[in-house]
Amino acid sequence: MSSDIHALSGAYAVDALDPAERAEFERHLATCDACRAEVDSLREAAGMIAETVAVPPPPALRDRVLADIATVRPLAPVTARRRRTTRRRLPALLAAAAAVVLVAVGGLVWHPWSHPRSGQEQVTLADRIVHAPDAQRVRTRLKDGTVVTAYRSAALDRAAITAHGMAPPPRGRVYELWLQDAAGAMRPAGLMSSAPTSAVVLDGAAAHARGVGITVEPPGGSPTPTTAPIALLAFS
Amino acid sequence: MTGDEPAPVGVPHAGTPTGAPDLAGLLVRAARRDESAFAQLYDATAARAYGLALRVVRDPAQAEEITQESYLDIWRQASRYDAGRGSALSWMLTIVHRRAVDRVRAAEAETRRETAYEERNRPVSHDTTAEAAHASLDAHRVRTALAGLTPIQREAVELAYLGGYTHTEVASMLDLPVGTAKTRIRDGLIRLRDVMDVGGAR
Repeated sequence: MSSDIHALSGAYAVDALDPAERAEFERHLATCDACRAEVDSLREAAGMIAETVAVPPPPALRDRVLADIATVRPLAPVTARRRRTTRRRLPALLAAAAAVVLVAVGGLVWHPWSHPRSGQEQVTLADRIVHAPDAQRVRTRLKDGTVVTAYRSAALDRAAITAHGMAPPPRGRVYELWLQDAAGAMRPAGLMSSAPTSAVVLDGAAAHARGVGITVEPPGGSPTPTTAPIALLAFS
Repeated sequence: MTGDEPAPVGVPHAGTPTGAPDLAGLLVRAARRDESAFAQLYDATAARAYGLALRVVRDPAQAEEITQESYLDIWRQASRYDAGRGSALSWMLTIVHRRAVDRVRAAEAETRRETAYEERNRPVSHDTTAEAAHASLDAHRVRTALAGLTPIQREAVELAYLGGYTHTEVASMLDLPVGTAKTRIRDGLIRLRDVMDVGGAR
């Protein structure tokens, strides 16, 4: 899972990503309306800078350009509207899930949390989020009694969750964390192969997130949720 | 608490800077094969397109090639411009910039590496290229807005956009920890956007 991919929007807008990052971010853009809108707006800002470096080109260039276009046919407009469905599906899913609330997750054996990138830095950041002066806290109780708590610090632009006593995911599956962004899209925010024993930081910018979700997904996670959330917490 | 306001998506943009011709309208006409509209579009934008390419690649001959190729792209793809996503100028300059950056990356020569130190150690906005630039009202507004960024933000944005460097390279040039230059670039652009009041969706 990518870490904090949203933060690449500025570098992407000014073509400052290396090819691998560019490709990764473009895959993300295909599913993230908020990032797309942000990139558009940041390109607008970057374009203003060109104003400060304007230099009239040699007059001969105009002739060459106009000669060029006389020999080239403009492309036809794109008539089919792309996408649009990915974005709508998820808020609906979330609304449904919020009503159903919380399928029990079977299993009794609890394992230490193993976040893919867990380490000292993550633990520290988790603590900072949980104890941030501006931290918002929302919690919900799963059917099996597990209390899941989500924390979000707008100042730190990050979110974290705790889920003490949560059952491990079904065999051969992982828990995937999600941040629902301001536009309503669910953004992958990390994978958990077992249940957490301490606070876990979600990947990605969270200041404007509407909420946090957890789903059960195949190993490696999914780009968008494929099952109803087992937990869903909305920041108010 | 900043998390609750919805982010408007696809808000129509105010369009081009003050006093500029209706670039979006010209682009729409160009998409209908109107060559005279395209000529007007060229006249209204070529200095910015060429100046941007020149600033990134530095070599006038290459900058001309990039500008020429970009305008051919713009002509071919005019029908793909979506006014709901931004101004015509921004769309056009995105094409120019991408081409210019792809060119320098492809040619990522030793010589370019050698200029890194020089690039880093001179005032970014006030070299000879900038002095030759049009002294327009808009340019003045942009310079004022840029002056409102933190020095690191401004340098990061300018090295990325005008220098054509990756955020990793920018981090190295500014002695920033890897991974933080992208944040500076984003923060700087956001500030610039907000001060200039462009980019609609916010």
